[in-house]
Amino acid sequence: MVSFCFYFQVHQPFRLRKYPVFDIGNNHDYFDNDKNQEIMKKVAEKCYLPTNKLMLDLLKHEPRFKISYSLSGTFLDQIEKMPELLESFKKLVDTGRVELLDETYYHSLSFLYSKAEFVEQVNLHKQKIKQLFNYTPKVFRNTELVYNNELARFIEDLGYIGILAEGADRVLGWRSPDFLYQPATTSKISLLLRNYKLSDDISFRFSNKGWNEYPLTTEKFARWANKVNGNGNVINLFMDYETFGEHQWEDTGIFEFLRNLPKELLKHPDNDFKTPSEIVKIYKPIGQLDIHSPISWADMERDLSAWLGNKMQETALRDIYGVEHSVKQSDDPALLADWRKLQTSDHFYYMCTKWFSDGDVHKYFNPYDSPYDAFISFMNILNDIKSRLKQEVMINGG
Amino acid sequence: MRVLMFGWEYPPLSSGGLGTACYGLTKGLSHHNIDVTFVVPKHIENAEHVKIVSADSKKIIEIDSIITPYMTTLEYKQKKYHVKSPDSIYGKDLFQEVHNYSLKAKEIAKEEYHDVIHCHDWMTFRAGIEAKKISKKPLVVHVHATEFDRTGGNGINQHVYETEKLGMQEADAVIAVSNFTKDKIIEHYGINPDKINVVHNAVEFPETEPKKEKFGLDKVVLFLGRITLQKGPDYFLKAAKKVIDSEPNVTFVMAGSGDMEANIIEKVAEMGIAHKFLFAGFLKGSEVDRAYKMAHLYVMPSVSEPFGIVPLEAMRNNTPVLISKQSGVSEVIDHCLKVDFWDTDEMANKIISTLRYNELHHELSNNGSQEVKKFSWNIPAKKCVDIYNSVIRW
Repeated sequence: MVSFCFYFQVHQPFRLRKYPVFDIGNNHDYFDNDKNQEIMKKVAEKCYLPTNKLMLDLLKHEPRFKISYSLSGTFLDQIEKMPELLESFKKLVDTGRVELLDETYYHSLSFLYSKAEFVEQVNLHKQKIKQLFNYTPKVFRNTELVYNNELARFIEDLGYIGILAEGADRVLGWRSPDFLYQPATTSKISLLLRNYKLSDDISFRFSNKGWNEYPLTTEKFARWANKVNGNGNVINLFMDYETFGEHQWEDTGIFEFLRNLPKELLKHPDNDFKTPSEIVKIYKPIGQLDIHSPISWADMERDLSAWLGNKMQETALRDIYGVEHSVKQSDDPALLADWRKLQTSDHFYYMCTKWFSDGDVHKYFNPYDSPYDAFISFMNILNDIKSRLKQEVMINGG
Repeated sequence: MRVLMFGWEYPPLSSGGLGTACYGLTKGLSHHNIDVTFVVPKHIENAEHVKIVSADSKKIIEIDSIITPYMTTLEYKQKKYHVKSPDSIYGKDLFQEVHNYSLKAKEIAKEEYHDVIHCHDWMTFRAGIEAKKISKKPLVVHVHATEFDRTGGNGINQHVYETEKLGMQEADAVIAVSNFTKDKIIEHYGINPDKINVVHNAVEFPETEPKKEKFGLDKVVLFLGRITLQKGPDYFLKAAKKVIDSEPNVTFVMAGSGDMEANIIEKVAEMGIAHKFLFAGFLKGSEVDRAYKMAHLYVMPSVSEPFGIVPLEAMRNNTPVLISKQSGVSEVIDHCLKVDFWDTDEMANKIISTLRYNELHHELSNNGSQEVKKFSWNIPAKKCVDIYNSVIRW
């Protein structure tokens, strides 16, 4: 018996505008609203709307099909003025076969810097999902699948029954990602690991003409997946939702592939689809996994180096959390909201300088010409936040 | 294979990127076992008539001439005036001189065996054309700069323009130092794009690792290049003014000379930033490397820079660079800051950012000095060999 577990990440950041030093102290408008709207509109047309429609069709016609999503808070904020798109997600959830996961509202790396801020953001996300979809997630996924033991224990204490991570070779060794695991030092929570090979075949390699398996057909994919039968319980196919129509354009045939995939996978009588919480309830962990240093699903390294690989990133992250106390003391909701939007991991990803091997992925929706430009605007904005904090102290603190 | 090359004198005598590029390229060619007969104009000041030096696979022929790569017709007149007893072989003006040079080229083409002719920029194009007439060997012209770069598009010298155009038309292949230059050649000279090959320049590496030098207490922002319209010194000034207004601990250094020098010095005084400005004059040899090492940031604000080797030299010295997007070098380097030359607000923003954010400076310095290592002259030389092979009819 093999269960296929689809989880799609849906996220858009609030991209920053080009913010010169001369604006510090003079202009508190940080976000490029035009660009953000333009990108949302473009991605909605190319990916979100057509893919949601396709998913709804598949769910209607194939009662055994199930999927799950994690929708970031910054994404949900940005679709508030796009009722058609929000409605299409609601319709999917209303089928009862679409599970929603929790994450940090601001798609942040807060767990690494401030547990207090992390918990606040998880709760904000939970409230938002409840408010929009009347739904309470039971499974958690951290930003970019950043994960370690400590996070699992923390999430267990918050009452979640499952957590997602990358099936990185480094932590698995000879073991397979196609089973449920028990995070070390926990007793209740289960760990679902991404089958990165099969996931990346779709999200990363699908249209790569240089790939020796090109073109990828549903038959070929099902053949590979069926090999797991007898050697695993679950195949976790975790990917960015933008795979469909955006990373892989429509003319690559990605939508046709997706349309035909469920019925192809279900041709094998032992296969089915399950959501993450169903996996946790049905299967038992096969063993314990002990993961100290954080892993993620990013780049070849599958570690933190996409966001913390150089001194600029280290400084920007350290400094943004360095002002947490003052921001929260200030009791200024606008300042708090701005500060939180600056925590979104994308801002630090744009500052990544290890382009040469993973360059392509880093360029998706990247508003900057270079990581240096990303750092300059971010640090200038952070300095403006600091100037606002000083103002607050002068007004309130006397 | 033997190349008959019409080029320019080598560093340290050379006054700019052209000599540096010729030197690097011939060195790279010898790495690929290509023999070069290198013809250079020799200044009257260190006169000997025709001197032939054999050095490895390279043979250098010097011709008496007072032309230099960046000469204007006015400068020629001044220079000629300084020559004490003008020999009758030197012409009335620069164009006559170029003509005389091409007559010499004919003689050389008769005497020196070669398989291909390769010449660098307009002043050698006639020489190349004449040599081709004699030997019937294919001609490759290498465009390091066009009249449009030198003049900013205003006051194009028709004679220079026509010489450039004729050279490119007569050539069997044209080499442009960047896509930026290739586009200019297509747009302004109407040359068939299929004939134009882009070969980006490279940089020489010294034997020893650079050491950082300190300059007083202030951080130094360096301009190094000819102080001419093409190099954008006036934009550098405008940006400097904005930086000085908000950053007290900075000194701007301008190294180089050129026809805008006096004008720039005056402007600095007018703008009230003279106390934050130093003029270092024209630097040679090791002084150049010292300038890079002393600098916190090197800025190349060029209005139109066909390539721009200088930023690579700065990066080689671990110095971060801020370059104009209107340059060929910006096509090939990532670990630097880039700006439109006219956007002096953004130029100032980026300069200030490198002064304020140590991590930015650190990453640019580290990654830039790594990135520049890929610019070996062996690579452009290999591309030239491929181009020779494509035009030689064996």
